[in-house]
Amino acid sequence: MSREWRDRLQQWAPYAVTPVLILAALPAMGMGPWLTLTIAGLTMGMMLFLMASGLTLIFGLMDVLNFAHAAFITTGAYVAVSVLGRLAGWTTESSLALNLAALLLALLAAAAASGALGFVFEQIIIRRVYGAPLRQILITVGALIVIEQLIIVVWGPDAIPLPKPAGLRGSVFLGSSPIETYRLVALCVGLVIAAVMQLVLTRTRIGVLVRAGVEDREMVESLGYHIRRLFIGVFIAGTALAGVGGMMWGQYQTLVNSQIGDSMTVLVFIILIIGGLGSVSGCFIGAILVGLTNNYVEFLAPKLALGSNILLMVLILMWRPRGLLPISEQ
Amino acid sequence: MVDDAKEVLMRLEGVHTDIGRYQILHGVDLMVRRGRVTMLLGRNGAGKTTTLRTVMGLWKARQGQIVFDGQSIVGMATPNIAQLGIAYVPEGMGIFGKLTVRENLLLATAPRGFAQERLDRVFECFPALKLKWDSAAGLLSGGQKQMLAIGRAIIEQRRLLVVDEPTKGLSPAMVDHFIAALLALKAEQTTLLLVEQNFRVARAMGDDVAVMDQGRIVHSGEMAALAADEALQQSLLGLSLGVGA
Repeated sequence: MSREWRDRLQQWAPYAVTPVLILAALPAMGMGPWLTLTIAGLTMGMMLFLMASGLTLIFGLMDVLNFAHAAFITTGAYVAVSVLGRLAGWTTESSLALNLAALLLALLAAAAASGALGFVFEQIIIRRVYGAPLRQILITVGALIVIEQLIIVVWGPDAIPLPKPAGLRGSVFLGSSPIETYRLVALCVGLVIAAVMQLVLTRTRIGVLVRAGVEDREMVESLGYHIRRLFIGVFIAGTALAGVGGMMWGQYQTLVNSQIGDSMTVLVFIILIIGGLGSVSGCFIGAILVGLTNNYVEFLAPKLALGSNILLMVLILMWRPRGLLPISEQ
Repeated sequence: MVDDAKEVLMRLEGVHTDIGRYQILHGVDLMVRRGRVTMLLGRNGAGKTTTLRTVMGLWKARQGQIVFDGQSIVGMATPNIAQLGIAYVPEGMGIFGKLTVRENLLLATAPRGFAQERLDRVFECFPALKLKWDSAAGLLSGGQKQMLAIGRAIIEQRRLLVVDEPTKGLSPAMVDHFIAALLALKAEQTTLLLVEQNFRVARAMGDDVAVMDQGRIVHSGEMAALAADEALQQSLLGLSLGVGA
């Protein structure tokens, strides 16, 4: 094989991993379960992507490893509890339009609240620890504890039910395979947000600037852009996305507690590492892989389910030590 | 001695810069005249790159003055310095490898986007960029990356181009291409401050020259005078710069 073809294969191989996994799972479980689990895996992956994409952008652009990211996931979920609680009349109706409108309002509120909290967090805490990794870890872990305790003060220590809207509780059948309606909606919402993100990152100057900043901040400043302003914008967007992910995950679980963000932290970091730190495309592939692996392994070998994502990470790092789509070749 | 504010675009006076615990610049005095090419020469570690980075505000001057077009830029943030019309091409070229050629150039344009005449100018100097327009910059060859770096610097009208070793690591044919492109810029009265290790390039390009050693300017004057004085070349530059190459 020529060097050129080898290079091309190296470049495109990460994009082939997900289709290969999906196709490889088919003979192991048969068409019915395969379809159900694949949709479930894709949905879970989409929600994980929403939670992880902000963190990978923040790390890539700002070199900030924000361990408080889970707090923004939790905030989004709790804000959804409050909004949907006030819109109970809309969610208990069987009208799909009212149900979706309630979900949309909850989603916007979750994004706004987490984003606003993110802005305050960046201004008060993060800006003081740029370039100081150890202090970042200490202060963001501390902030995570404080925010979670504040959430308990506001919403109480007990888990709060977050039922799915009436029109999204059932299942639809694809052939003979039942697919939860909410999963399809969550999958569509996730795809739309991922597509918008991709459009912003590739088709707008601000998006190109963010990608450039992830590669070389100093050069971005040398071109006349104030990277600090970009930091703030990305931090707000990243935490808002975490809020949306938290809202959708809470709704998926139908139960929200103060640990909902914490419980996702390990998966979110696995996704960041699998994808390549700072890479949004890598994060997308990583999230889908984790979602699918989780669902397939739970079905095929339940005893392995807990360790399946760690195993996935190890395998990918053995193949590509800097993740699937690393930002820098260095 | 040139001392006309109208003729001098940028002046450094007694600039001291530290990197960590080490003092790199020990009172640099340098003058860049409008519409001329000033070559900054010196051995490795003489402080050339540090001087350029201090001009751009990437490293802060501890002491001294940098005046650009009558305005002090010491202590100014890098983006504000760039917005004065100073384009910087660092030694590593500063190319965003994951971005396409188009995106790399776009970031250096004004908010209105590409001005067709400037874009045509870039393509005229570096036709390869047009062919690679939608390719990832990271996949370009070393010479093409350097073309992109210079193209990015001239995609808008600039008042000063600050370029760190534009011909480093390039093949002789590519070096000739760059000399031609930079001479075309010089013909348009573009003001350039170039760091260069290759004395052949420096001699072909430079109007003025400043030679650095141990963080200080040890010689400044017209390039023609230095080029004509082999003894001075030997004493200032030594053999490591390829005198006579």
